[in-house]
Amino acid sequence: MADTMELRDIEVWDGNMAASHALRQVQVDVVAAYPITPSTPIVENYAGFAANAYVDGEFVMTESEHGAMSCCIGASAAGGRVATATSSQGFALMVETLYSASGMRLPIILNVVNRAIGAPLNVNGDHSDMYMGRDSGWIQLDAYNPQHAYDLNFIAFKVAEDHDVRLPAMVHQDGFMTSHTAQGVHTMTDEQGFNFVGEFKPMNDMLDLDHPVTHGVQTEEDWHFEHKARQQHALMTAVIPKIEAAFDAFEALTGRRYNLVETHQMDDAEMAVICMGTSVETAMEVVNELRANGIKAGVVGIRVFRPWPMEQLAAVLKDVKAIGTLDRSSPHGTMGMLFNEISGSLFNTDTKAVLTNYIYGLGGRDLTKAHLVGIFNDLKANMDAGKPTTPLQQYIGLRGPKLSFF
Amino acid sequence: MMSEIKKIKNLKEFSTSADRFEGANLLCPGCAHSIIVREVLNATNDDLILAASTGCLEVCTAVYPYTSWDASWIHIGFENGSSAVAGAEAMYKALKTKGRLKQPERTPKFVAFGGDGATYDIGFQWISGCFERGHNMMYVCLDNEVYANTGGQRSSSTPIGASATTTPAGSISYGEKKNKKDMMAIMAAHGAPYVAQVSPSKWKDMVAKIQKGFAAEGPVFINAISACTTEWKFAPEDTIAITDLATDSLVFPLYEIINGTELNITYRPKNIVPVRDYLGAQGRFKHLFTKQYEYLIDEWQTRVDLKWEQLQRREEARV
Repeated sequence: MADTMELRDIEVWDGNMAASHALRQVQVDVVAAYPITPSTPIVENYAGFAANAYVDGEFVMTESEHGAMSCCIGASAAGGRVATATSSQGFALMVETLYSASGMRLPIILNVVNRAIGAPLNVNGDHSDMYMGRDSGWIQLDAYNPQHAYDLNFIAFKVAEDHDVRLPAMVHQDGFMTSHTAQGVHTMTDEQGFNFVGEFKPMNDMLDLDHPVTHGVQTEEDWHFEHKARQQHALMTAVIPKIEAAFDAFEALTGRRYNLVETHQMDDAEMAVICMGTSVETAMEVVNELRANGIKAGVVGIRVFRPWPMEQLAAVLKDVKAIGTLDRSSPHGTMGMLFNEISGSLFNTDTKAVLTNYIYGLGGRDLTKAHLVGIFNDLKANMDAGKPTTPLQQYIGLRGPKLSFF
Repeated sequence: MMSEIKKIKNLKEFSTSADRFEGANLLCPGCAHSIIVREVLNATNDDLILAASTGCLEVCTAVYPYTSWDASWIHIGFENGSSAVAGAEAMYKALKTKGRLKQPERTPKFVAFGGDGATYDIGFQWISGCFERGHNMMYVCLDNEVYANTGGQRSSSTPIGASATTTPAGSISYGEKKNKKDMMAIMAAHGAPYVAQVSPSKWKDMVAKIQKGFAAEGPVFINAISACTTEWKFAPEDTIAITDLATDSLVFPLYEIINGTELNITYRPKNIVPVRDYLGAQGRFKHLFTKQYEYLIDEWQTRVDLKWEQLQRREEARV
């Protein structure tokens, strides 16, 4: 039996520490991991818990991230609670197995501390790895600060392990900006945290020796499509209601409210920016200042990135006249992901907002309040003109001459 | 709790004692893989948790909606059968500690199967990681010295002179140019408690080694010669005869290494047959029997003689 840890109501934790404590409190059975900046402290903190009897599951330090997720898959198929953490290049190395985990319907939790992907090699935060995972069949939740990183882990376990879902889930936080920035984090007791998620309930577990199971079969054109369709069906129908139910239950327990789509000052907003991660809170500050000057600006934050909350986004954006989509990942040959996804979400609706795209913050470049004020100035001009007054895609905060496309 | 070692009286009883690997599979007629797998599984009465890397065994035994496995089995990818079973073994330990095993009185064995492509080449790093970490597992390499599942490309287990699709014999090439990687030495160097080379045709030797492996604490490596009728190019009914030629010519010597140091030769052929006979029985070496390339046959013999001498010296010196 693992020892209980007495926590203060508010602990000063960075995002990594917050995630580590969540893994400890839900009493993960197997953590198989490989360290990589900036997610390394999640693994180190957890190793510290294991060395001091605060967890009694198995902690496996593998030879690579691919090996880590491979072990996680074997452990999860064996029948128990499984989690790990990674970033960037390590995430990229894991990608093959991410598809295996979701295709085999294994509820593994992966903390992704978002970081740029080389070349050029870069250890700082952007969303390239998060975007890389978006077709892998995982649930993806996005934290904007250490409190979220803590809370969303509990939500992730509860939803992923639900027998109607049985899909793996990622909890994202921004490298360094969240992972290494200490803030006050409201805690649950070990008992509260564990009970929110509950005992792991195995299904098709390899270790049920009386009921052998075959995991990871071969299918070709005869059945592969049907398997993938069932996976999509679960993502599209089962997950959102379960996430909403988990958000409700979490609010009842802690008073902290999460939504599929987070909004700030959107009730009467004429223009809005849409972004993810730490940028959401920066944008909220800017909007508060613009509001003081009578400018009706708002912020939309993506909380649930996969499955994509298409209807909820369309509802939130129905009355705005200009939208700036902010992507912290190089789209390499097209518009940013948020531009494309938001376009798709609004195309068949009555919303006729002017939509533009901003690429920012690659490799950990700061997004400043001044940048956001500039973006809102663009949006105001677009709104007044009823059409784009700038190129559709602009690079923000780039050194040298301005860069824009379309 | 130590599980009892299964007593096996004769081949008939052995071959039919536990049908946890069904005859209903898609492997080629004459494929040695199925013989090896049955011998491994039948060597124990304990429960089994199995994994396979992508390869012939995997694609031929778990084609949805069918399975040939009457024991829990998992496949992820080409390189990670070892890690899959290591993860399951870690979960077993975790649930044992936490008192959540459904059948706590039973002691399952954890076994991963992989071809030489999955073992010598693409999965090598994962296997090395599992062995360094000391998981309680057995890794069985079904060594047919070629990427058979994808049509006969060379691997680092393919021996010199074999014609493979990516190292074909031709007017200026005798086929594969590199000597077979010495996986036994590499795995023994991990300090594994037990490493052994086995042949399905020498079933008593093989079952003794598998049982030793199951009794060992820690990672065990088994390298099993798996004669491939399709890629080695011999008639399907000759699988066992070819396998015997491999062991009796000492091309594939049978020995074990305990704790990385103690080497024992476990089979000494009464009549050692020339390597030429082994090579001549397979189409993949056909081009060696020409004036242009026949010098390679003598080189082969010299290499095999040297290796045999070296194994005997190690055995004698107990190193």
